[in-house]
Amino acid sequence: MRRAYFKNNWVAGLMVAPQLIIVFTFFYFPTSQALYWAFTLEQPWGGGNTWVGFDNFRTILEDPYYWSSIWVSVVYAVGSTVLAVGMALTLAIFADRQLAGYKLYKVGMIWPYAIAAPAVGLAFRFIFTPGAGIMMFVNQLFPHLWNPVDDGNQAMAMVIVAGAWKQVAYNFIFFLAGLQSIPRSLIEAGAMDGARVLRRMRDIQLPLLAPTFFFVLVINITDSFTDSFGIVDTMTAGGPSRATNLMVYKIFNDGFQGLDYSGAAAQSIILMLLVIALTFVQFRYIERKVHYT
Amino acid sequence: MIERTPVLNIATHVILTMGLIFLLLPMYLVIVAASHSLQDVVSVPPNLLPGDQLWINLQAAWDKGHLGQRFVTTFIVAMGVMTGKIVLSCITAFGLVFFDHRLKMPIFWAIFITLMLPLEVRIVPTYAVAANAFLPFQTLLDLSGLTWLVQALSGIEIKLEWNLLNSYAGLIMPLVATATGTFLYRQFFLTIPEELVEAAKMDGAGPLRFLWDVLIPLSRVNIAALATIMFVYAWNQYLWPLLVVTDQSYAMIAVELSRLVPKFSATGGEVPKWHIAMAGTLIVMLPPIVVVVFMQRWFVRGLINTDK
Repeated sequence: MRRAYFKNNWVAGLMVAPQLIIVFTFFYFPTSQALYWAFTLEQPWGGGNTWVGFDNFRTILEDPYYWSSIWVSVVYAVGSTVLAVGMALTLAIFADRQLAGYKLYKVGMIWPYAIAAPAVGLAFRFIFTPGAGIMMFVNQLFPHLWNPVDDGNQAMAMVIVAGAWKQVAYNFIFFLAGLQSIPRSLIEAGAMDGARVLRRMRDIQLPLLAPTFFFVLVINITDSFTDSFGIVDTMTAGGPSRATNLMVYKIFNDGFQGLDYSGAAAQSIILMLLVIALTFVQFRYIERKVHYT
Repeated sequence: MIERTPVLNIATHVILTMGLIFLLLPMYLVIVAASHSLQDVVSVPPNLLPGDQLWINLQAAWDKGHLGQRFVTTFIVAMGVMTGKIVLSCITAFGLVFFDHRLKMPIFWAIFITLMLPLEVRIVPTYAVAANAFLPFQTLLDLSGLTWLVQALSGIEIKLEWNLLNSYAGLIMPLVATATGTFLYRQFFLTIPEELVEAAKMDGAGPLRFLWDVLIPLSRVNIAALATIMFVYAWNQYLWPLLVVTDQSYAMIAVELSRLVPKFSATGGEVPKWHIAMAGTLIVMLPPIVVVVFMQRWFVRGLINTDK
């Protein structure tokens, strides 16, 4: 531990205070407020909230729409994560061979990170719309093949592709960094022992990439729960008939369109617990990783 | 590396090129759509080559979405988030690393925990705070009985109110309230050798002097990394501005973009003006792409260090 400290602790207090105030105002207070709302119900004619215990949670958990929204979120999480992680891993491990054109490939794979979710959503909504461009042509060749406006599964597929497309760049950055932190000497030793490129990928690079892989996996799942609002809102607005009504989108709808703060707060609490659980899984793993090295 | 692998090299290029196509094709289709008239966009078979209407459509999108004004707003918010985050993270990490006090670890954890729950998850109650930023303090005063005490003693009722809706402060502050940057700075400050602190103290420098003359010049790379990430993050904000802004003079660009086409619905309605929407998409995505491509090195480093 460090010994050369500055002694005047009031300076430290001043330095830390702004962040603490802002974190209290915009993080801790709202989070506790969500808890308060989740366990109370607002009186219709004012006069404060009454304590209702777990009633809000019971209402939600008995609501088939809520379960469908959980199911839809899980489908989206699995679909977009598998697609985005799989693609990014393949691209990173081959890009890491650093053949000619490496820098160009790298820039080409990183830039989508910069694009706002609603812009991605809008672009993919256009690409997949049966009313224009390519899909209109496809529908002309095979009538009624593609219609995400009516078909929930197709709408979900479209949202998954857009979400995965947006996430590939982020994953690629982490995989590439992970691959490049593998000591060169290990790979050279493998090569001297006669392992060819693919063998080295399978037996040296992929196993050593496991911590990064796990980290990226958890981040992707968490992001798919929290960060999907922009894409869903611009592409499908939760439709058709709630087929893409992800949890975060339902919270927004119930809270701000339906003005059901208690219901939305209870849903927020459930989503928070889910995200916290995922984060703990991640921490446990990172801790283990620290022990190993 | 060492061996010659002509077949595998070709396979590698094929795989990477396919990846590039997957990532670039949507962009290409957007550009194509943005460069045709609506008639050509909805024609069959589709036009796959760029047309000559790009400039006209860009202008139409620019005017229709009031993108000039939105650019200014978004830029101010992005700069605010960027500066706020850099300054706050830097001084907080400084206060946590270079001083020794008992509250050090509790404070670190209190800040660190905010990484766990992104804004989207606690959006409803945060909105209530934005309607009155003093609400947390009012609640504290009420709960502690201070409001009652003051009223009983002096007859003045304490009523704190600061509405953040439709203001830059409301757009910026909740986005600053997480620990990403603090973490980055803390890790960097922990690598600063003890001898440097001792030397500074021996030369008679106080903590602030040390921060200003030694740490900040040393953390230029950190600043650049954090600045790029935060710029992109703030520029692309959607859900929060959608809620906080009702007065259109504070509308942010990503929100405005989504208004260029009608909402997805089963009932049909008019044909969306895809050519203009795609031109708008191009305009909106350009600034962050420029930042990411030109600041690639810092951006990648910052991203990897903040999250790990």
